[in-house]
Amino acid sequence: MAENNPFPGENNTGHIWDDNLRELNNPPPRWWMIAFWASIIWWVAYGILYPTYPLGQKPNKGLLGWTMIKEYKESVAEVEAVRGKYEERLKGMDAKAILADPELKQYALASAKVIFGDKCAPCHGAGGQGNPGFPVLADDDWLYGGDINTIVTTVTGGRKGVMPAKGGQPLTEAEIDKLAQAEASGHITKEPLFLQKGCIACHGMDGKGLKPMGSANLTDSIWRFAPGGVESAKYTITHGVNDPNDPKTRNAEMPSFRGKLSKVDINKVAVYVHELGGGQ
Amino acid sequence: MSENQAKAAAGSMEDIYDEAVHWHINTGGETIHAKRIPGRWRTIKWLTGSVWLILFLGPYLRWNGHQAVLFDIPHRQFHLFDITILPQDFWMLSLVLLFFAILLAVVTALAGRVWCGFFCFQTVWTDWFTWIEERLEGPPQKRRKLDKAPMDLHKFRVKFVKHLVWVLIGALTGISFAAWFTDSWQLWPDLFTGKAGTVAYVLVGMFTAGTYTLAGWLREQACFWLCPYARIQGVMVDATTVLPTYDFKRGEPRGRRKKGDAADKYGDCVDCKQCVAVCPTGVDIRDGQQEGCITCALCIDACDAVMDKIKRPRGLIRYASLEEIEGKPVDPLWRRPRVWVYSAILLLAVSGIGYGLSTLGNIAVRVLHERQPLFVRLSDGSIQNRYTLKILNKLPEKLPVTLSVSGPKGIRLVGADGPVVAHPSTVTPKVVYVRVPLANLKAESMPIEFHVSATGPGGKRLENSRESVFIGPRH
Repeated sequence: MAENNPFPGENNTGHIWDDNLRELNNPPPRWWMIAFWASIIWWVAYGILYPTYPLGQKPNKGLLGWTMIKEYKESVAEVEAVRGKYEERLKGMDAKAILADPELKQYALASAKVIFGDKCAPCHGAGGQGNPGFPVLADDDWLYGGDINTIVTTVTGGRKGVMPAKGGQPLTEAEIDKLAQAEASGHITKEPLFLQKGCIACHGMDGKGLKPMGSANLTDSIWRFAPGGVESAKYTITHGVNDPNDPKTRNAEMPSFRGKLSKVDINKVAVYVHELGGGQ
Repeated sequence: MSENQAKAAAGSMEDIYDEAVHWHINTGGETIHAKRIPGRWRTIKWLTGSVWLILFLGPYLRWNGHQAVLFDIPHRQFHLFDITILPQDFWMLSLVLLFFAILLAVVTALAGRVWCGFFCFQTVWTDWFTWIEERLEGPPQKRRKLDKAPMDLHKFRVKFVKHLVWVLIGALTGISFAAWFTDSWQLWPDLFTGKAGTVAYVLVGMFTAGTYTLAGWLREQACFWLCPYARIQGVMVDATTVLPTYDFKRGEPRGRRKKGDAADKYGDCVDCKQCVAVCPTGVDIRDGQQEGCITCALCIDACDAVMDKIKRPRGLIRYASLEEIEGKPVDPLWRRPRVWVYSAILLLAVSGIGYGLSTLGNIAVRVLHERQPLFVRLSDGSIQNRYTLKILNKLPEKLPVTLSVSGPKGIRLVGADGPVVAHPSTVTPKVVYVRVPLANLKAESMPIEFHVSATGPGGKRLENSRESVFIGPRH
């Protein structure tokens, strides 16, 4: 065929149709072919070394034995190695000692941020800013006390304060109104009913609350139950807090984290809460 | 269209075709083996190229017990002798880049591709590589012959040694480059004992391969087809730019003289083609300024040598502007507006860098306001905001820093009673609280200012302030 090729010297394959339509032989450049074969070799090597196509019933696991979960575990181990030395030191320490050591405190704050986000933030807010019915953790008002050890106790055992409806007394509407007005004005101790009706038994002679009971300070500018003000106070006095006999009572319960968090984690989160802005 | 116009148009087309006949674009099909001859510009080229010795030797300089110049990227700080530059000072880098960009523009506008011809790493490394080639393989004719010769033991040996030396230069280049970014004296033992970081090996590997390929194989092809700056600089040249130029008025008509020719039959150009033979990019300067010319001026040396031999004055090819060759009046430098504009920008950049370097504070403070919660009401009715202060200490030693705050009446800083220890050469974060009585808050957001102060080495007082806001309840 080559002898009677009507288009000699143009490198055609000899396939000619319709007199002049012909197939030329223009191979791709060498570099292109090298890259082409190199990528095929790469693909084959990859298929042998890494998990790829199923072979029969079982998947091909690859010669290198690489798995995604293994890589994940290696990364986790890497992180644990960094954390490990701190965690080891934290094991024998109480929260107060952690707070006193700047390096460990820094670690505890960074580490507890996640715990706080998981366990505390749903009620108390991401920055401890509180929610209606759930106390602010970033202020300096503490029902049970804001020192580090008390915070640890609170997180470990949980808290559930009780105030009987109407303080367990036969209060009239007018009396409730008087007490609420006095509280909202910040001068509860000047109201004779405060003493007469026995409010002092729990809230103290000075109206500042008793820390061991978790009774609220009635003289400061912070309201335990939103939104605060006369109506809010009246509701609380009328129905109490956690009163099992009043279905309309206010609910205020902090769950216990014993068993849900390790001792070290509780210490860390206590340090975190202490440093939110109001620790004492 | 009149007959004359038609003729002129046709004539100009003819000119373009004529020009195209001379166009010779080497796309790498031909290896340029340039002849090396001694001369003034050759010497200058060696000298200008030797600024790159700084790359090789610079990293080993020590200064007060540490590396004089160290670009410490992992720790995010640059050390220049006594000065430490942290990311906060990086605005100066943009001025440095501006300075060099404008410097390139001004030099190119005035004197052509000086960077390309005398300083560019592509030019300089290619020059070293071809010098080695000449030492091993001989002058251009011998090299061409060797390239064509079949492979035998002699050719293999010569080529092997050449490529080995090239690779070694490439590796040395890579190691020297890497040495600017890490402790240079530690880098060498680390590299050879396998202890250096992955980045170091990748960097050295890339530079070795890059240097070997670019300077050994691509050479002028990199300037023709790879380098954007070559093209940019090509368009910054105009008729007033001083360039290595062939004086066609004096040279033409060119031709090889024979005995008995009339004295005025030819111009000064004897068409010896020495200017082409020495050209590292293989262009013919007599075709005028062109993209392939890197203005290295080696053709001037070649032509001057020939002019000396035929007893004609030097300078048939010389540094001259097109206007000068055409006999037009040439404006002095100070009469050109672009000289003034460029100089003003250069001055601006230099004074900015000067100002920056002379006022680099040793301490600085940045303030982050807590966003959640924006503020907290305390039992006594005052409002508390939480801030994270980022205290930057550029000194190499620990510094006790005193914090204070100013703002609305009754403002109080809590959580920073004693001095805060700012760690050396880094940013120390410190959480503080600010309290303001509610009655003194006149607006939801009020300006406040944090101050840091410390006593530096030698009793020098160091200070810095930063404004922020204090957020309270909506009024």
